Amino acid sequence: MQDSTRTEKSKLSARSLDDRWKAFLFLLPTLVAVAVFVYGFIGWTGYVSLTGWNSLVPDFSWVGLQNYVALFQDFRFQSDLRNTVVFTLLFIVACLSIGLALAVLLDQRIRGETFFRNLFIFPMALSFIVTGVVWQWIFNPSTGINLWLDRLGWTDLPVWYVDTRIIPGWEWGAIQVGIPIALIAVVVAAVWQLSGFTMAMYLAGLRGIPDTLREAARVDGAGEWQIWRRVILPQLHPITWSVVIILGHISLKIFDLVVAMTGPGANFVTDVPGVFMFETTFRGNHYAQGASIAVIMLVLVSILIVPYLVSQMRREERG
Amino acid sequence: MGRKRVFAFLTAVLLVLTACGGGTEGQSGNEVEIFSWWTGAGEEAGLNALIQLFEEENSDIRVNNAAVAGGAGTNAKATLATRMQGNDPPDTFQVHGGSELNDSWVAADKMEPLTELYQQEEWNDKFPQELIDLVSHEGEIYSVPVNIHRGNVLWYSPSIFKENGLEPPRTFAEFFEVADQLKKKGIVPLALGDKESWAATHLLETVLLGKLGPDDYNKLWTGEIPFDDPKVIDALETFKKMLQYTNKDHAARNWQDAAQMVASGDAAMNVMGDWAKGYFTADLKLEPKKDFDWIETPESEGSFMVITDTFGLPKGSKNPEGTKKFLQVLGSVEGQDTFNPLKGSIPARLDADREKYDVYGQETMDDFKESALTPSLAHGSAAPEGFVTETNQAVNSFVTQGKVDATVQLLQQKLEAALK
Repeated sequence: MQDSTRTEKSKLSARSLDDRWKAFLFLLPTLVAVAVFVYGFIGWTGYVSLTGWNSLVPDFSWVGLQNYVALFQDFRFQSDLRNTVVFTLLFIVACLSIGLALAVLLDQRIRGETFFRNLFIFPMALSFIVTGVVWQWIFNPSTGINLWLDRLGWTDLPVWYVDTRIIPGWEWGAIQVGIPIALIAVVVAAVWQLSGFTMAMYLAGLRGIPDTLREAARVDGAGEWQIWRRVILPQLHPITWSVVIILGHISLKIFDLVVAMTGPGANFVTDVPGVFMFETTFRGNHYAQGASIAVIMLVLVSILIVPYLVSQMRREERG
Repeated sequence: MGRKRVFAFLTAVLLVLTACGGGTEGQSGNEVEIFSWWTGAGEEAGLNALIQLFEEENSDIRVNNAAVAGGAGTNAKATLATRMQGNDPPDTFQVHGGSELNDSWVAADKMEPLTELYQQEEWNDKFPQELIDLVSHEGEIYSVPVNIHRGNVLWYSPSIFKENGLEPPRTFAEFFEVADQLKKKGIVPLALGDKESWAATHLLETVLLGKLGPDDYNKLWTGEIPFDDPKVIDALETFKKMLQYTNKDHAARNWQDAAQMVASGDAAMNVMGDWAKGYFTADLKLEPKKDFDWIETPESEGSFMVITDTFGLPKGSKNPEGTKKFLQVLGSVEGQDTFNPLKGSIPARLDADREKYDVYGQETMDDFKESALTPSLAHGSAAPEGFVTETNQAVNSFVTQGKVDATVQLLQQKLEAALK
């Protein structure tokens, strides 16, 4: 009896070992590919950023943090950091509020819901390049909506993304801190593209809340507004977090929209680290300098992503 | 699934991976790969005509036209850098004469000298000496120029000038006088399109050329004249003043948009290289001298801001003999006269056939023979690419902020670093 259970057990463990071995083998190519092409190259970029490779001739002499120091002293990079922060904040806040508003409206079981849902989510199907080109036409100071404004008798027309003003524009070293007006035009284009996505996420969240919850609250004597504030919105928290993470990393690494729409802009009012990285590396052949911008972009994205990943892992462990 | 099958599967995966790695080495036989960024209307036609001419003379060699699209070669240059550093160079590639060739590829020891080819083809007195100097490094010649573009051209609308009883300006004083009168009448005096900041750098370098003269202008890039020289500061002040006479939306326009303002009569003048002529005649169907006219930029008469496309022979070319044959065609009178009328540029050779070119081309060919040649900074001939990018950045800020002292300091510092 005892013998037979023991052999059963060892058979079982042998089989599970065999399974694990197989599973490992199956994952191995992916693991190798990710290790080399993601983490290996991140490491390589980090290494290059600490060298003096700033011409077409490879030069791996060690310069320490020199490239980073030069970067943070650079007017253009300082402007980029300001723009990134402003862009990310405006973009996420606008997407969240517009997306939520649309979702709530659509959740009223209106007629033609499918039509509207598709209408709002459709911009997402376009590439940022297309969005950029179209909004560049719309906001063009001499051929865009200004033609209409002109016809309506508007004098002193706004110049949209060509505006170099920064409000309120406190001086901080060489750069001005504030919201570059030109950048708002870029934010509008980005929000147009992605608020439909936020709407879809919120709509799914709203539909996931069981009606019984609302009814229970109603029985307890809660008004509609109270139900929204105390019952529905708290249920949407996880969705809000997911949306913030997804939109956040898009905005931190944004490149194509800016390139298509404005480029760096006059006085770098619409410049972002992605564009700077590309121009430094592939126009200026400053590879080490470009690598250091890339590393900083990675750090910016990880500031946003890592806490999320950690919380997810904790949840998994608990669950 | 048995263990055998698992291994079979893994082997298959590995095979696919290795196959991907080795897939690019397909080139065989007698082929010449020509790498350029000529994919636009006129330039592509010119390149194709050139290739056709080459294939007629060398029926045994096949041409692989590896052109990479993208304005001013940005994408092409990135692709090229990757291939050169990975020791997989094209057989020949387009590169601007001057610093773009010498300080990068020749300095990196990636190019074969072509001095012998020049002797064999007796080219040494067919191209102007200053041009040969531009493609030489430490006594060896490294590439063959196929065309010449001129940078210091002021394009203007003859009808606007005639209607207002004005003469196109030859000096900066005249420029500001004319600009004031035009501004009073509600006409934009100077069209600018610096959405890509090189266009502003291009305007600045013509001002520098005018204020410094060709000799001192050339010395600026070798560090013999510092940026805080009074003449440079005067040039920056003049540039700053000129910007007050440009269209308000210049940051939203590219160079074609700016040239178009002159064509449509919205602006009186525009400073741009003579690819603008190709745009006027080929795209807008305008007639030279009648619908648009030109003059050297203020105070730069007798100077020729030269932008030249050249082709060289990289080390590690798979077919150096075939490539040399292509370069022979490229440098021949026939080759240059086949390519340039289509591309809208003038030939680099002094003995080309004048009759094949339009009135602008003929006039410019004469100027080219007589003028002092100066390399363009904005187009990569005067200084290393890294410095050009940094200048574009500094000019971008200068256009809005107008800080002369800070800009002078920054440029001096960056140039010193670049020349090290």
